[in-house]
Amino acid sequence: MDRIKHENLKRIKTSKNLLFYGGTGVFAAITLATLIIIIGYILVNGLTHINLEFLTQEPKRMGKEGGIFSVIIGTLMVTGVGILIATPIGIAAAIYFTEYAKNGKGVTIIRFFTEILAGIPSIIFGLFGFAFFVIFLGMGWSVISGGLTLALMVLPTLIRATEESLKTVPMAYREGSLSLGATRWQTIVKVIIPCCKPGILTGLILGIGRAIGETAAVMLTVGGSLRIPTSIFDSTRTMSVHLYVLAAEGLSQEKTYATAALLIIIVLLINTIANLISSRLGGNYGN
Amino acid sequence: MKTYEKVIEKIIMISAVMSTISVALITVFIFQSGLPVLAEYGVLDFIFGTTWSPTNGSYGILPLIAGTLAVTLGALVIGIPTGIACAIFLSEILPKKWAKAFKSAIELLAGIPSVVYGFFGLVVIVPAIRNYVLPIYQIFDPDISATGFSILAGAVILAIMILPTIVSISENSITAVPREFKEASLALGANKMETIVKVLIPAASSGILSSIILGMGRAIGETMAVLLITGNMAKVPGSIMDPVATLTGTIAMEMGYASPTHQQALFAVGIILFVIIMLLNIIAQFSMRGLGGKTN
Repeated sequence: MDRIKHENLKRIKTSKNLLFYGGTGVFAAITLATLIIIIGYILVNGLTHINLEFLTQEPKRMGKEGGIFSVIIGTLMVTGVGILIATPIGIAAAIYFTEYAKNGKGVTIIRFFTEILAGIPSIIFGLFGFAFFVIFLGMGWSVISGGLTLALMVLPTLIRATEESLKTVPMAYREGSLSLGATRWQTIVKVIIPCCKPGILTGLILGIGRAIGETAAVMLTVGGSLRIPTSIFDSTRTMSVHLYVLAAEGLSQEKTYATAALLIIIVLLINTIANLISSRLGGNYGN
Repeated sequence: MKTYEKVIEKIIMISAVMSTISVALITVFIFQSGLPVLAEYGVLDFIFGTTWSPTNGSYGILPLIAGTLAVTLGALVIGIPTGIACAIFLSEILPKKWAKAFKSAIELLAGIPSVVYGFFGLVVIVPAIRNYVLPIYQIFDPDISATGFSILAGAVILAIMILPTIVSISENSITAVPREFKEASLALGANKMETIVKVLIPAASSGILSSIILGMGRAIGETMAVLLITGNMAKVPGSIMDPVATLTGTIAMEMGYASPTHQQALFAVGIILFVIIMLLNIIAQFSMRGLGGKTN
């Protein structure tokens, strides 16, 4: 009797187990399927409309016809300005956290605010950029206003990635360099940073990805001009903003799909490159 | 130490303080631009006013708060079970080799720009709701009419968008539970499922909780996706098929053509949004640090 009871109990437990494993597996499969459907749907509908003309011609009739050449230039400029400003600051901040900071109260506070900065939604950055760069500093809707706003937004990404890779450099490297008579700064520049190049590069690429996909903040700071910007003080339009305008106003189905597909391709490329760098060149110090 | 190294050290320190300065500047400028309207209109009238009609000078954001809440709750209802199940599957069930691939898929999901999610929602989810969900609804309520631009559409897309946050932070905190906990539980005769449910999840609960709070923050702050699919009707909704306007969507949509007072009112909406997000982030930060669930 007892034995039968035990067997039954065991069977119930195993079927419960199966249900549990199967259940979590189903959710995981749904997640994966969602990703594939989104990317697949947009690529299938958009790839056929991406051609040389689309990439090299300027938009006509508000983007209804022609290509997105000026939008591509605008995207490159805004992203470029943002990354150029954010990179040195981000790397320096990460160096401060790992190499200089003593674990005091001040550092805890600075770290806390870096995390907070990462959590601020893009529309708030947009409002701030509009009030501060566009109006207060008088930069107007321009590449530079957008670039500065984006720089603040990608800063936490850069700091985090750089810090992660600085942390993987063995203490012995630092001690070795210092004991050979190098100063702290020499150690950082000649020993530590060369070891961290892949990590820093990964952070940079992820930052570029975030900057290219950013829409709300850019819309409020760069404006929406479709002309090719001639200086960083001109208004322009990025690909994400262009996609929003096309989708919201229903201007041209095929141009909308093409723009979305181009964005997806860029995201895929950026992710692949970031993965390759971190897996091939990732911190390997003989352990 | 040489003098130039001292200068460099100062520069590096200033860079580190940069994010703190930014947060301070953002706070000052958002508040400065929005406070006049809040003061003039009255904070309570602003928050609990039921009519958002800027052209007529009524700035009551209750419909916007209701819209944001409805969409966010919907996203959490779908996103939390899915996210936690994925995190468990990823950390405890899937073999290491496959887990890595699954993780990069999740990262990819996080990398897709929000405007692309919005566009996908617009061309796939909204029509699907109109064509497949609406008929089911009509069985119970024949009078209902809907375009598909709805809370439901927003909730589905937002759920997908907050998944990476929930999955990666939960997974991290489950993995961070000390091995001894698991071994002790298995040694006491518990099977793997019992160990996961009764030992690992409770031990990782603070991390899981912060992942949910951060996901919630992301859903509340998300702009472009909801802007394209929730219909942007500033009305307190009655069902999940109703269109709503959110705090974020309203700011993004109306900023372009707003008159000066209207602009100030949008900044005031920004203040409310900012305060909500800040509170959530601070709670998440503390819950991640306290209560043991080590996530870094």
